[in-house]
Amino acid sequence: MQQRDVTLLMLIILLTAAAAWVVWPSSPGLHIHLGPIGIDRDIKVYRGLDLQGGMQVVLEADMPAGQQVDADSIGAAKTIVENRVNSLGVAEPLVQLAGSNRIVVELPGITDPELAIDTLRETGLLEFIDAGNTFLPPGTEVRTSFSETGEFGIETPTPEPTATSTPLATATPTLTATEVVSPTAAAETEPAPTPETRLFRTVITGQHLEAAQVGQDEYGRPQIDFKLTNEGSGIFAEHTQANVGRYLAIALDGVIISSPRIETAITEGAGRISGDFTLADARSLVIQLRYGALPVPLKVIQVRTVGPTLGQDSVAKSARAGVIGVVIVLLFMVVYYRLHGLVADIALLIYGLVTFALFKLIPVTLTLPGVAGFLFSVGTAVDANILIFERLKEELRQGKLYRSAIQAGFNRAWTSIRDSNLSTLITCAILYWFGSNFGASMVKGFAVTLFLGVFVSMFTAITVTRTVIRLLYAIGGEDLRDSKWLIGL
Amino acid sequence: MTDIVGKRHWYFLISALVIIPGLVAMGISFVRFGSPLRTSIDFTGGALMELAFEQEVQPGLVRQIFVQRGYGDTVVQTTLDEKTVLIRSKELKEGEKAEIQAELQDSFGPLTELRFDQVGPTVGREVTRSATLAIAAAAIVIMAFIIFSWRKVPHALRYGICATVATLHDVLVTMGIFSILGLLLGWEADALFLTAMLTITGFSVQDTIVVFDRIRENIPKRRGEPYEQIVNRSLLETVHRSLATQLNAIFILVAILFFGGATIQQFIATLLVGLISGTYSSIFTAAPLLVVWERGEIRRLFRRSQARV
Repeated sequence: MQQRDVTLLMLIILLTAAAAWVVWPSSPGLHIHLGPIGIDRDIKVYRGLDLQGGMQVVLEADMPAGQQVDADSIGAAKTIVENRVNSLGVAEPLVQLAGSNRIVVELPGITDPELAIDTLRETGLLEFIDAGNTFLPPGTEVRTSFSETGEFGIETPTPEPTATSTPLATATPTLTATEVVSPTAAAETEPAPTPETRLFRTVITGQHLEAAQVGQDEYGRPQIDFKLTNEGSGIFAEHTQANVGRYLAIALDGVIISSPRIETAITEGAGRISGDFTLADARSLVIQLRYGALPVPLKVIQVRTVGPTLGQDSVAKSARAGVIGVVIVLLFMVVYYRLHGLVADIALLIYGLVTFALFKLIPVTLTLPGVAGFLFSVGTAVDANILIFERLKEELRQGKLYRSAIQAGFNRAWTSIRDSNLSTLITCAILYWFGSNFGASMVKGFAVTLFLGVFVSMFTAITVTRTVIRLLYAIGGEDLRDSKWLIGL
Repeated sequence: MTDIVGKRHWYFLISALVIIPGLVAMGISFVRFGSPLRTSIDFTGGALMELAFEQEVQPGLVRQIFVQRGYGDTVVQTTLDEKTVLIRSKELKEGEKAEIQAELQDSFGPLTELRFDQVGPTVGREVTRSATLAIAAAAIVIMAFIIFSWRKVPHALRYGICATVATLHDVLVTMGIFSILGLLLGWEADALFLTAMLTITGFSVQDTIVVFDRIRENIPKRRGEPYEQIVNRSLLETVHRSLATQLNAIFILVAILFFGGATIQQFIATLLVGLISGTYSSIFTAAPLLVVWERGEIRRLFRRSQARV
């Protein structure tokens, strides 16, 4: 036994102990807190939707044909969806981008899928549209330039009918710059000339809105204060200067939610919407402005739900299947390779502990195919040992000393193990790419666990096995070679 | 010394006997469903709903409710017992799922939704396209990897191509058997089927590499020995390993197949078929093909096997 082996043995024992400590089920209190790299979470097994029940929704940016969505917009949309999801009060929701234009939302353990979809769907496209002299009552459905062509329309000469009609003074909110105090003005309203058919020009979208909150006007009535981004301020200044007295309607998903009239030019990027609001009205409008401020329209393109009973059934069954499969493998190795098989079994148990500890630490969300991938990788972990032992036997049959047979067995088996495992790792990488592009978390789960399994097995099946066999040689010496039954020759 | 390589034509014949019925099934499937396999909504788009009722239900009556709403293509099957139904339909319009479930509840009593999957048709097309891409990419990358690893052996290119042909063999065997099961038992290829195929590809190559690695090692050791004999020797030297490894993987897969959750049984069965085919092809297809190539038999292959049969 050389110094190096002793060091390795100590390392292996330490690693096993550490892995066992992480894996031990009564360690749920473990918590990582690494401030500098922003990790702060519990160490535990994260179960996928198929194991605990829940639903997955894939949303896609609904762009007009030929239009690409830019990374900033979809990123911002993701953040908004996250806010929505958090309002559902689901434990450990997952919102992530997939591909360039999709958002995958996973809601574990959700009991009312309909409600969840409705909440996600409420996130709509917010637009400030140029309504000219037309007052559009809330609830009116309109066509807008951004939702139809993805463009902010250029100044189109909209035919402004010269009709006159009775105004609805109190129902018309006004839009004013924050600094300017102006009373709610009576508005002149025209009958909307079939707003359903007219294409309204989008001035700005929710993307340009930085903040919105409920404030009070000088009479103590609720109003909405809002703030625009730099880009938004410029556009807004230009538009409001040129269109004082006209309507700048606010539409969410193509439906008017408020129709304020421009009272003064808003050049500073901050303004207010005042009118005859109740506090509740104002609050609801603010929420729509804030959370409905999605930079891109989204549509639901995929929904998957798994009932909780099916999930629990799967956990119990795959756990049992795993135990049965692994026990058979352990027995087979001992029966077929005797003492060496026992060594392989030790390596396999360490392999299981280390891999599972990694699942908890990284963390890897376990799905049913993920569990299958893990169990399957047990098979490959054993393969490395089989390659080595078959080689070892061959060398011993050729009459080599036990000591040099160990050396040759490991060296010669190494190229096979390396090349064959590399090909599996390549496959895993391709599977992972495929899985993450389509929100196919099942495929991804399988790829991740198989990858980790193959990776860890290269360590346990080679380093652990070799160290333990050398330890055996240090104890038994060349006598081992002659105990043919013991080494399965 | 057992002569595997010498009997190679018999082994090619066995492969053909498995692959040809599969190809026929794929042809029939193509005529019937427009694709060589019955494909799930993952590839075609649509909706899949599994509902558990408290009383036994008639699939035909459940189907009626869908048909009345304009989902004429709907297929309804009972699953585990007569109370649980699996419904496949076109993509459901917004809000219609709730309406349909309410209607079902009125007709057949309380129900629980076990599973609901809905995939848009564009996603389905994209999945199909990128699945093809994923398999092609895997094949090319792995072939390049083998050619690189065997670059010191004469004709490195052959090893890459023969390994790929052996992999293609396994893909055909698995797809063929799956296609037959699709016709007989209604098995549908989904995203997991693709995962299984790619895994099979990986393991098939893994097995082949172990055999090829031994050939790579034996060539310089046994100069003067005919190539055929070196290949045969390498096969025999690795056959113990191949069988032991195979057995272990089978133990695990069979355990999951019999005791695991029902949702992944098709997946595991597919893996099992591919794995067995993978070990077979590494011994009886990939290595003998090297010999066929070395001896320039490719052109004569057909005539020969006919003559022997």
